[in-house]
Amino acid sequence: MTTPASEVDSVIGSETDPDADQFLTFVLATEEYGVDILRVREIKGWDSVTPIPNTPSYIKGVINLRGTIVPIVDLRQRFGMEEIEYGPMTVVIVLKIECADRDRIMGIVVDAVSDVYDVPKEEMKDAPDFGSVVDTEFIRGLATVEEKMIIILDIDHLLSGDEIIMTDKLTA
Amino acid sequence: MQQFHQTFFEESFEGLDIMENELLNLDLGNTDNEVINTIFRAAHSIKGGSGTFGFTAVSEFTHVAETLLDEMRDGIRPVTQEAVDILLRSVDIIRGMLSALSEGGEMDADAIAKGQAELETLLNAGDTAVETPSDAEQASGSVDGWQIEFKPHPEMLKTGNDPVRMIKALAELGELDVQTDVSDLPALLDLNPEDSYLGWTITLKGDVAEAEILEVFEWVDDECDLAISPLNAAPETKPEQPETAEQAGPAAAAPVDTSTQAPAKEPAKAATTAAKKSGESASIRVGIDKVDEIINLVGELVITQSMLGQIGGELDSEQGHENHQMEKLVEGLAQLERNTRELQESVMRIRMLPISFVFSRIPRLIHDLSSKLDKKVDLVVTGENTELDKTVMEKIGDPMVHLVRNALDHGIETPERRVAAGKSETGTLNLNAYHKGGNIVIEIFDDGAGLNKEKILNKARANGLVGENEVPPDDFINDLIFHPGLSTAETLSDVSGRGVGMDVVRKNIKAVGGSVRVSSTEGKGAMFTIQLPLTLAILDGQLVRVGDETYIIPLVSIIESLQVKSEQVNAVAGKAELYKLRDEYIPVIRAHSVFAVGDANYSLNDRLMVVVEGDGAKAGIIVDDLLAQQQVVIKSLETNYRSVSGISGATILGDGTVALILDVPGIIDMFRGDANPVPPAPIKPDGSNIAEQAA
Repeated sequence: MTTPASEVDSVIGSETDPDADQFLTFVLATEEYGVDILRVREIKGWDSVTPIPNTPSYIKGVINLRGTIVPIVDLRQRFGMEEIEYGPMTVVIVLKIECADRDRIMGIVVDAVSDVYDVPKEEMKDAPDFGSVVDTEFIRGLATVEEKMIIILDIDHLLSGDEIIMTDKLTA
Repeated sequence: MQQFHQTFFEESFEGLDIMENELLNLDLGNTDNEVINTIFRAAHSIKGGSGTFGFTAVSEFTHVAETLLDEMRDGIRPVTQEAVDILLRSVDIIRGMLSALSEGGEMDADAIAKGQAELETLLNAGDTAVETPSDAEQASGSVDGWQIEFKPHPEMLKTGNDPVRMIKALAELGELDVQTDVSDLPALLDLNPEDSYLGWTITLKGDVAEAEILEVFEWVDDECDLAISPLNAAPETKPEQPETAEQAGPAAAAPVDTSTQAPAKEPAKAATTAAKKSGESASIRVGIDKVDEIINLVGELVITQSMLGQIGGELDSEQGHENHQMEKLVEGLAQLERNTRELQESVMRIRMLPISFVFSRIPRLIHDLSSKLDKKVDLVVTGENTELDKTVMEKIGDPMVHLVRNALDHGIETPERRVAAGKSETGTLNLNAYHKGGNIVIEIFDDGAGLNKEKILNKARANGLVGENEVPPDDFINDLIFHPGLSTAETLSDVSGRGVGMDVVRKNIKAVGGSVRVSSTEGKGAMFTIQLPLTLAILDGQLVRVGDETYIIPLVSIIESLQVKSEQVNAVAGKAELYKLRDEYIPVIRAHSVFAVGDANYSLNDRLMVVVEGDGAKAGIIVDDLLAQQQVVIKSLETNYRSVSGISGATILGDGTVALILDVPGIIDMFRGDANPVPPAPIKPDGSNIAEQAA
């Protein structure tokens, strides 16, 4: 009650540093990825989904998230990584995607959730150009936290790509 | 202020619709004063509202139109076709001004000026052509004064009108003698201080025009009983009253009638209008988003209810009826189910509106088009009270306008041609709507020339849609008009005939899960039949199992379900399979291969087949099992994902899992592939067309 105003400011300042972004990180194989925590709607354990016919294989299907139909994307398959059996650690991170026309809710399947980090803006590095080896279009930047490299994803780009949202030509 | 603006715009647009409809309803020879009054009132409140909000351009313009209407109402101006046309144009101009104001666009100053000039020309011309205005003034000038019976309705004070102010205003006109009638005054205990109980008999002496007195009561004319009679009722003024007013007679006379008729009849008439008014106001204005929110919540409730019901059913069969508590629970669940169902139905009904909202656009269209095309057309509308969901209604307006426009442009012939063909000079266009199963059927038929099959066929041959020597069945030819790029209008008019349209009509109707068909008899007329689901929010579905997945087939598209007998299956080119269903062959679609579920390489014998129809084409879908039939709430896949071919949406089942809803026409299309854009009508063994059977 008697805390001086300056002290309150400093406490809040340390919680939400205006020059830093908070990221939720997760693991895919040995790599650690991060997404903007403000976009995370919820984290839930893997449960069965309803597959959608005639869609790319990385679209696992749709789930019922409190009355709305939410598509689930397997991130390993999306990145063309080796598939693994889903286990108790497998989680679905439900994200808000901002598309050109409207916002969408989508889930991504990852191996496990790792941590939440503050990354100061100046410490975010641009992804180097890998040429054609790795498509860097989905990478917003690279950050180093506790000697580890974290790949910060541009989820809007990743999950609203042509193949996911646009009507595919598979059945046409 | 902003929120009042919104209401003002909504009400004004409604008022404009009323004006338009009533103007079209006017029977020129025999004008109903009540109709003119309705139009006048609508114009009057637009003028009042726009004045209040400072939209002076609107109020000034409306004022001129109102003056014209006022003269018509008073019977001093004949209701001519010219006047009605000018008023209709004014309605358009006011509508344009209001939309410009509400959407922040620019007003069309030229159109406004032109419209105003037209109205003023008519008003000024009227003064010389019809001498009655001056007559009326003379008549009023010849009286010594007026006897005014003024009895406000009890609720008049609530609208902010003060009788004292009016009496004061009258006092400015001349010498007043006021007698107050307190006979209706209740006992003090029963008195509602907000109601008006008093009446006044006012004698106004002096050389005052009746119009001046009416002006005082202008804002309250439908909130009071008012009778004005000259003190020396000059009998010679009566025959000078124009014929229209005479014909309208006392029954149709308005509460405020300028004629010198006996005042005794006035209160009764006013009472009926008042009763009508209170009936009209028995509705409230609610934002559609609020209604949608309720519908969504009720949808959730239905899902939760069916989940509980399922669990309850399982518990009940496990424990039997020995457990007394259990019995009560099951009873309660049954009750919950009933209530939820009723709640859902009532909520869905909120969104249901009569189709007259769409039909009401048509008379104006016909009025404009028939004069443009020099054709005579009567419109006959039936079933305009048939209700359907607002979202469906929004989608059907444009296609219907297009079909009506086509019927007028291509269907109904010019009067000369009609007479030459032995028909009456005036063509008839029928609009009809009715419910059929879970659908609404809208029929648009005319008694015109019908579709010109030869022309369509020639065009189709020229476009390579039909082979040179091929002679397709009639219904197939008629159906070709929905094909993109086929227009047979002899001359391209600005009304229709750019070769786009009919395919768009079909596409738009298909987009809301409906279908459109045409049948025609050359020389007799054509009939378009539109079939639409009543609502887009729920659907009666048949749950089917395919592999491990549950899919939902809309019940409306299911014809029957049967067990396949292998001797009825015929292979075509070693690939496609046809099933002989009684006297027709239908393609067999293996759901497993369409949805890539499980192994699709199985023998068809003894398999379950659901015979479905979509877009006039039939097919048999092979499934593993038929499960329950239930009503499902349709959820869009597009909200968070995108549309998927063969799937029209998804729903949440009682156990909380998601099931996909089959898009039957889409699946049939997918199965056919895109190689054959024109739907091949299934041919019966005897060579005739299956669509004939349906027609």
